[in-house]
Amino acid sequence: MRIKAQVAMVMHLDKCIGCHTCSVTCKNTWTNRPGMEYVWYNNVETRPGPGYPKEWENTDRYKGGWTLRNGQLHLRAGGPVSKLANIFYNPNMATIDDFYEPWTYDFEHLHKAPKKENLPVARPKSMITGKYIDKPEWGSNWDDDLAGGSEIVPMDPNVQKLQEHIAMEYEKTFMMYLPRICEHCLNPSCVASCPSGALYKRDEDGIVLVDQDACRGWRFCMNGCPYHKVYYNWNTHKAEKCNFCYPRTEAGLPTVCSETCVGRIRYIGVVLYDADRVKEAASVEDPKDLYEAQLSVFLDPNDPDVIEKAREAGINESWIKSAQESPIYKMAMKWKIALPLHPEYRTLPMVWYVPPLSPIMNHITNEQDLSMDGYIPAVDDMRIPMEYLASLLSADDTSVIRRVLLKMAAMRVHMRAKTVGGMDEMKASKLLQEAGTTMEELEDMARLLGVAKYNERFVIPTGRREMDDNLHYRQGACSIEGLAPAEGMVTYPYERSDLG
Amino acid sequence: MGFFWWGIFPYIVGTILVVASVYRFVFRGTSWHAPSTEIFEKKWLRIGSLLFHWGILLAFIGHVMGVLIPIEFYESIGVTDHLYHFGAIAGGGIAGLMVVIGLIILLIRKFSNPRVKVHASFADYFTVIWLIVVAGLGTYMTLVYNTTVVAYEYRVTIGPWFRSLFTLQPEYELMTGVPLLFQLHVLSSFILFAAIPFTQLIHMFSFPGRYPARAPQQYRARDGYKNSRP
Repeated sequence: MRIKAQVAMVMHLDKCIGCHTCSVTCKNTWTNRPGMEYVWYNNVETRPGPGYPKEWENTDRYKGGWTLRNGQLHLRAGGPVSKLANIFYNPNMATIDDFYEPWTYDFEHLHKAPKKENLPVARPKSMITGKYIDKPEWGSNWDDDLAGGSEIVPMDPNVQKLQEHIAMEYEKTFMMYLPRICEHCLNPSCVASCPSGALYKRDEDGIVLVDQDACRGWRFCMNGCPYHKVYYNWNTHKAEKCNFCYPRTEAGLPTVCSETCVGRIRYIGVVLYDADRVKEAASVEDPKDLYEAQLSVFLDPNDPDVIEKAREAGINESWIKSAQESPIYKMAMKWKIALPLHPEYRTLPMVWYVPPLSPIMNHITNEQDLSMDGYIPAVDDMRIPMEYLASLLSADDTSVIRRVLLKMAAMRVHMRAKTVGGMDEMKASKLLQEAGTTMEELEDMARLLGVAKYNERFVIPTGRREMDDNLHYRQGACSIEGLAPAEGMVTYPYERSDLG
Repeated sequence: MGFFWWGIFPYIVGTILVVASVYRFVFRGTSWHAPSTEIFEKKWLRIGSLLFHWGILLAFIGHVMGVLIPIEFYESIGVTDHLYHFGAIAGGGIAGLMVVIGLIILLIRKFSNPRVKVHASFADYFTVIWLIVVAGLGTYMTLVYNTTVVAYEYRVTIGPWFRSLFTLQPEYELMTGVPLLFQLHVLSSFILFAAIPFTQLIHMFSFPGRYPARAPQQYRARDGYKNSRP
């Protein structure tokens, strides 16, 4: 057994209002510099929709993640030898048009325009070439809230898989938000795709980072990541990615996206896992077994044996204590209401999602007359097709989604019964049994999902620095200096004077 | 003059190459990369880059065979001069044409695609144009001079001279009688070598040959924390 600690995140999709505050604060923190304008470490997608970059889930095109051949894990895009043979041209890499060509507006014109009959306008101007874009055709969240409708939605690879027709009429269609960051996988395919060995998983907290000095810009990580969350900075010619705001988490603070989340949908905590079992869990034959296999690598932080082994592995008391109080452990491993995104990629992702419930209940017309048992079939007949959620979160296994949704529905029914009456009926109904839960568990869930305060949602131990030499000297120093150019020293290539 | 160009100049180039490369690696580490523009354009890059890179790998092997391996080796294994030159002209010609055609495609792409153009620096243009000069001269020598004038036996002049550079006893007099075309090819390529540390050419030293041998997953710990007890 090789115990490692991992910081992980849960996003409760029921509470996501699609406001993009996470994306904007993340961008202002990390990617507002030349070369990175098209990059969103955190983005919120409207689903169904093609996502960012377009059709990132199309593994036939980008060939991200792992695939199983004769029981062995292989990179879908090809192993090291095939990568070296393709090093002069990466056939599977996305181009800027798959993301979007970033632009600003010619605001200067508003100041300088002479007096005319018509008001001056600020024309969109490309931040790649500096030229005017007269007709932008795609941009970040171009398809927000199902904009583009029946023209755009069929680009979603999950929709293409669905058997039934998706209604696009306003009153019949469905919609949900999917906020995405780097998954900080236990079996990251970006790390395995890097010829230079520049990508690595931090031993202490499992955060996946790019060594900017070692990166040579070979770009296999870009499409090697099936979530398309490693980006190419065209200015520095190196890969950059979500770093789980490690300067913040090391200080015990949540990531910027979590801190600023308006709906408070995000939870951060530590989980303990057995690194020796990762490969085995990622190599199970049937993709539908991957979810259970992934759950099997995590260790119970309250088990005395695990605690002892964790201490031996150098994990200190504050990390063990955090793991015991981890909201992630409760939601993903104990209650099993949070699911990994696309487990079929075999990367064992560590950002977990509680599937959304709200639109289902709207489907029930006469809720006041509904018996508690009536919620059981209602879950099967919901507005977001269960197959769609299963395609995102459980490798097409609808029984997993059904169980989670039943549990979430049971939680609502129980909490309502507690307030407005009906506990006797709740006790008599088959809902608890069908959802495989107890009233105590439902109340714990309701507490964490609905009420939990800052320090319950974010249980983050600080990074260990007590053995650093010269801590006094380092006080106030920034661990990421040198990564980003100092402010005010950057010129866009198209603004350079040596170009005609 | 012969002594300067064939006895001193190569060492100036070698010194620039080594010192500047080490300096860049140590003090300008973040600028050490293969500055790809594939994210902006990949259709023409596919043709140009593949032709150029595979062509130059072939050409490199050809130069090892022609310049580094002594003529005595070919004689000892029974390769006649005629057979050698036939192979050199055919193989070298194909490689040279691949390189030149690939470079011309890349150059046209560089100034005709607005996204690529805006990110091309002087060093990028210099690299491509100078490579065309070097490779063009080489291809012309191989395909035209060697077939129309004489199949020049560089294995007894340029080859021994180049090898003598490494023993620090440059036999510069070997180079004085070499045809001008060949002299120009050698000198222009030495200028290119001197430019390596200052251009994107530096990425050739980073070929990740160790990749197939390493573990797929990489873990890194902050020094000193790895196995420390609380």
